[in-house]
Amino acid sequence: MLAAVIVERVVWAVAAMIILGGALGVIGSENPVHSALSLVATLFGVALMFVLQEAYFLAAIQVIVYAGAIVVLFVFVIMLLGVDRFEVLWGRERALWRRPLAVLAAVAITVLACVGMLATTTELTGAPSATARLDADNDVMVIGRSLFTDYVWAFEITGVLLTVAVVGAVVLSRRPTVSAIDWDEFPVDEVDGEDEFTIDEPQDAGDEPTEVAS
Amino acid sequence: MSDLLWLIPALPLAGFLTLVVLGRRLGDPIAGWLATSTVGGSFLVTAAVFVDLLSKDHESRRLTQTLFTWVPAGNFEVGMGFLADPLSVTMCLFICGVGALIHLYAIGYMRGDENFSKFFLYLNLFVLSMLMLVLGDNLLVTFLGWEGVGACSYFLISFWHTDESNASAGKKAFVTNRIGDWGYMVAMFLTWTVVGSVNYSDIVATQAGASPIVGVTANMLVVLFLVAATGKSAQLPLFVWLPDAMAGPTPVSALIHAATMVTSGVYLLVRLNPLLESATWANDVIAWVGGATALVAATIAVSQNDIKKVLAYSTVSQLGFLFIAVGTGNHVAAIFHMVTHAFFKALLFLGSGSVIANMAHDQDMRHYGNLRRYMPITAATFIVGWLAIAGVPPFSGFWSKDEILSGAFARGGAFYGLWVVGLVAALLTAFYMTRQVVMTFFGEEKWRSLDAGGDAHEDAEAAHHDDAHDDHAHHGLTPGFEPTESPWIMTVPLVALAALALVGGVMNLPFTSGTKFLEHWLEPVLAAEFHHPHGATLWALVVIAIAVAVVGILAGLGVYVRRRVEPDVVEKDVFAHAWYIDESYARFAGGPGRKAFDAMAWFDRNVIDGAVNGAGWLASRSGDAIRRLQSGQVRGYALGMAVGAALVLGYFVTRMGF
Amino acid sequence: MSQSAYLVVAAALFGLGAAGVLLRKNPLVMFMCLELMLNAVNLTFVSFSRSLNDVGGQVSVFFVLVVAAAEVVVGLGIIVAIVRRRRGASADDMSLLKG
Repeated sequence: MLAAVIVERVVWAVAAMIILGGALGVIGSENPVHSALSLVATLFGVALMFVLQEAYFLAAIQVIVYAGAIVVLFVFVIMLLGVDRFEVLWGRERALWRRPLAVLAAVAITVLACVGMLATTTELTGAPSATARLDADNDVMVIGRSLFTDYVWAFEITGVLLTVAVVGAVVLSRRPTVSAIDWDEFPVDEVDGEDEFTIDEPQDAGDEPTEVAS
Repeated sequence: MSDLLWLIPALPLAGFLTLVVLGRRLGDPIAGWLATSTVGGSFLVTAAVFVDLLSKDHESRRLTQTLFTWVPAGNFEVGMGFLADPLSVTMCLFICGVGALIHLYAIGYMRGDENFSKFFLYLNLFVLSMLMLVLGDNLLVTFLGWEGVGACSYFLISFWHTDESNASAGKKAFVTNRIGDWGYMVAMFLTWTVVGSVNYSDIVATQAGASPIVGVTANMLVVLFLVAATGKSAQLPLFVWLPDAMAGPTPVSALIHAATMVTSGVYLLVRLNPLLESATWANDVIAWVGGATALVAATIAVSQNDIKKVLAYSTVSQLGFLFIAVGTGNHVAAIFHMVTHAFFKALLFLGSGSVIANMAHDQDMRHYGNLRRYMPITAATFIVGWLAIAGVPPFSGFWSKDEILSGAFARGGAFYGLWVVGLVAALLTAFYMTRQVVMTFFGEEKWRSLDAGGDAHEDAEAAHHDDAHDDHAHHGLTPGFEPTESPWIMTVPLVALAALALVGGVMNLPFTSGTKFLEHWLEPVLAAEFHHPHGATLWALVVIAIAVAVVGILAGLGVYVRRRVEPDVVEKDVFAHAWYIDESYARFAGGPGRKAFDAMAWFDRNVIDGAVNGAGWLASRSGDAIRRLQSGQVRGYALGMAVGAALVLGYFVTRMGF
Repeated sequence: MSQSAYLVVAAALFGLGAAGVLLRKNPLVMFMCLELMLNAVNLTFVSFSRSLNDVGGQVSVFFVLVVAAAEVVVGLGIIVAIVRRRRGASADDMSLLKG
């Protein structure tokens, strides 16, 4: 028993480190590819924590859907748009007060959420289940039963949502003969000051056309 | 039969709608025939209703039909109801009858006009409105027609609106009538307050019931309705629009400004006769307004040189007679004279139109003369009209006018004075009509001695006075001009109206009670019986009336044929200028009136508009200020959300209580 | 091991994600940070699901996953459309809704 507890704590610590390290990597990388890779780490850490909490099915889904589909999508788009673009991380802000305020807000949310949730969990002592009890060994069955009974409407509507999203994505990313949006009517703002992205022009332009989509 | 009542106004409505849609395509002359046939159809339906009513018992001659509830507002409920009783059927008969004849005439008169179908569209709309006015079974439906005829009058006076003076004549009529409409509306509101209904039957029932409206209320109601009637029926002091209304095409003058619309004020007062019976001094006001108008307008007519102006002032004067009749309680005579007047005045107007159309649209009588040689039918029918309006027996005008005057005499007291006023007006009527007939149809052919411009004989002042309104004159009347008779389509209505003007008097001959058909016919509608003079008094009055007419005609012949007196002696400047009434109105409106309007305009601009614009300015400025929050930057919004989330979280955490 | 430990990690992850959304200008990275926040929420769902012994929390995670997938698809589509139009556009360059 003791060993199990120790193992769980160790695993938890490792997972927490992976999660927070990955998150820092996501927000701290100049290169979007690095951000995406850090995101994979975070997602993997979250999957670990799911396993620790006996949500095996969700852990599997987490890895398959997030790491397998969503992050791949991110990377794909990064590649599509060109990997050679870096954001100047601490470039000029429009207003001086904005960045400190953002940090302050994020910290406040973290602290307050911690306080709030920890205070709440002290009152949660395994109150009776409203829908269905967990069953770690059969969690696919339990979740499936819930999905197709209590949550069947939500389930159907998410199906519709997915279809709509797919259609929307096709419409958006299609290269239209006639633009769906009249861009002349909505000009993109010129940023005052220097260009905040440094673009490494390819040395020999004819070699590899980076401007895939224009 | 009552089921068919709606057909009477529905036929002109159908004609109107058809012309709205297809008018241009139908064109000249089919549009005119269509309009004429719808009015003729209404006449036939009215005649059927008339026969139906005749076949009924004396007291039950009354048909009503309510198509739908028009205004259902709490305990105020007004239906779109029609009422056919002897009074409204009489009105409808001559409106549709005379109206159909005038429509027929207008097909000839308006031939070749570029807006031919539009003219008949308006005419049909007018007849529709007029029928609504007389058929309405409550004050509101009547008011609908009342406003409708006013609007049509405006459209038709300004029919040739490319001419500035015609357009402003229409506006003048419209604005002057607003004063009358104000009276109507206030009277209607007051009626609803005191009676609790605007239905005529309820008003009649209230007056016949236990607690009729009497005293100051009744008098004020009648005075307010009188204001309405003076506007529509061109009485002092609101008559100024009618002479200007002659700017419209002549069939319009005949139909609207002589035969039908201008009598609607009288109709309204007669319709409300139970109310008038309860009023005291208000009736005297009506009578004296009528007397003053009859006299003033007759004097003005003496000095007019425009053939239609003479008839216009004559109409005002004759309407004054109608008001005398109403004011003296002689309602039958009012309706009687209204009908005969519709015959002979429509006839005279159409005759003048025939003259004008064949005299190159010159309306100045000083350019006419000896036209009987060129237009025998027009001249003959016009002479019938002249004798009728002058009051020569046995023409219809004699009987009806005599009835009014003898009625005034019979009331006695101060009404003897009114009787004298009426006699003087009647004498002047005979005089100026003689003058007109002589100048137009007899004497030298004066256009032969005209200069090419046509203005040589006019003294500057008269020209100035006339020019404002008859700009259609003064072109094309040259010494070599040869007038011709009008086509049959115009002379047939003339002959028909002449026949009616000749025999119209048989409706109500005063000899015995058996010959007073109209009086018996109208009896169910009228609240009180009028006591006519009889015996020797009656005969004396008849003789006096004939004498007056003869004297007027002889005087006219003496002045304009024998030249015993120079015309300038009778044609005073003050008459030619219509007693300067128009001028004083203009001066008042231009002086103190103008200042008041300016003050109102200032108030409106600075206070009312200031408040409105201030509110707009405030909203726009605060919007400008708040607009800056919307940067369009998603990161800005995210920051706002995050701060908001932090605040909400903070609120819950502090509320949790550890 | 109590659920509190997981919740603290989730809160920290959420804060980091929020900070990323607020601080980064690259729309792609902002999107990734949104994913971080969603994951933080998922983690709390699972934790509470366990402490309440109720499968509802896990079902919610399932739905969040689906919605996140849909959101990423559409969001990336929009980003592709915008960047196609103008290379190197940052989130600050787009202000169609400016009042």
